[in-house]
Amino acid sequence: MEEKVLSILEDICGTDEIKNDMDIDLFENGLLDSLGVIELIVDIEDNFNIKLEPTEVKREDISTPRKVIEYLSKRT
Amino acid sequence: MLPFSGLFFFYILFIFFIGAIILGILGKPLKWYGFFVNLFMLWLIFGNSKKNIIILLMFLTGELALVEIYIHIRKHFNNRWILWIMILFSILPLILTKWGEQLIHRHVALLGISYLTFKVVQVLIETYDGLIDKMNPLSFTYFLLFFPTISSGPIDRSRRFLEDISHVMKKEEYIENLRRGIYKLGKGAFFKFFLGAIVSNYWMAKIPTDRNFINILNYMYAYSFYLYFDFAGYSFMAVGTSYIFGIKTPDNFNIPYLSHDIKEFWNRWHMSLSFWFRDFIYTRIVMSFIKNKVFKNKYTASYIGFIITMFTMGAWHGTQRHYLVYGLYHGILICFTDYFERKSKWYKSVKNNEKWDTVFTFVTFNLVCFGFLIFSGKLFI
Repeated sequence: MEEKVLSILEDICGTDEIKNDMDIDLFENGLLDSLGVIELIVDIEDNFNIKLEPTEVKREDISTPRKVIEYLSKRT
Repeated sequence: MLPFSGLFFFYILFIFFIGAIILGILGKPLKWYGFFVNLFMLWLIFGNSKKNIIILLMFLTGELALVEIYIHIRKHFNNRWILWIMILFSILPLILTKWGEQLIHRHVALLGISYLTFKVVQVLIETYDGLIDKMNPLSFTYFLLFFPTISSGPIDRSRRFLEDISHVMKKEEYIENLRRGIYKLGKGAFFKFFLGAIVSNYWMAKIPTDRNFINILNYMYAYSFYLYFDFAGYSFMAVGTSYIFGIKTPDNFNIPYLSHDIKEFWNRWHMSLSFWFRDFIYTRIVMSFIKNKVFKNKYTASYIGFIITMFTMGAWHGTQRHYLVYGLYHGILICFTDYFERKSKWYKSVKNNEKWDTVFTFVTFNLVCFGFLIFSGKLFI
């Protein structure tokens, strides 16, 4: 799952910085914005069959690649 | 009486703070004391006329019934059109305050109604999403009619608010909370009653009334600073007061005039409103566009989302022409900024450069001020 999440994030953010730094702040560094969050939610639903509601996910829960993976592993 | 205006309000508020602070320091729950204080403050704010009280009670009863009924319905049906009907009912009072004279030949007004309506719609949408499946009527009333935020926000979220009222703080936690509350309250008072008053009396009021370029430009900056100090000041006071009663109402302003672009500005200005619009309008529209593959390009979907969202934001302030233009102006600015920042190689090469950063901040500040000039209605006289 980890690999898949990282490749989804790379696609959305358009950069491979993500694999090098699992603790990079996606919002502070301008890698993820409102549109990016929507794509992430849609992609997660398509790939892992986890349905997330927009206000269910707090930005601080998914602010770094590591946190995204942790959040999703709690949900599966 | 309006919250946070006049010495009498603060006098009563400070007396009620004493009880909250004692309970907080003893590590006791603040919930029941909060309910009681809220009831008293509502009476103080709305009690000056019988009509006000009746309208408030009708509003509360109607919205509460709607929420309870919908929570019940949602357990059996999850059709989207039921949600739409419920939302329509929930905004009916707001519609009546805007067009009451045309629709029912009556003038209807209720302090803070546009802010209260946001909270109800949030509860309805999150019920549809399956995030809310029960609502205690007393807690809902406290959430909806929480006196520090009743007149102009910040717009809190129900799940967050209800967590706060059921959480009993330990002594150290409350004291830290109290410290932050007092700081915010003081900062807010300084902003609104000192800085705001200075800008209003010694700058804005001194601008000659004849319309020429210099005067309008001068008014644009004066009004922008006045609006910021007045509204951010009020918001800080509301947040600070909430903290003292044990509710961590979200902040509304985070030095917005130092934003590097318009998108950042909306993450720093009237945040509780822009986040509400982001979460319940923009995200929903764009998500449905993307899921149903309405547009080939995801950015087209996003731009249409921005324009609809910001236009709605403008219209929410009022249906006068200057508010609608204000909404469109910001919608177009956001789209243009997003496009420019994605496409321009030059921008990408200089965006981490400190000097250019200052330039972008300066340009953003001026674009924002021009937006407020539109908002003020001065251009459309």
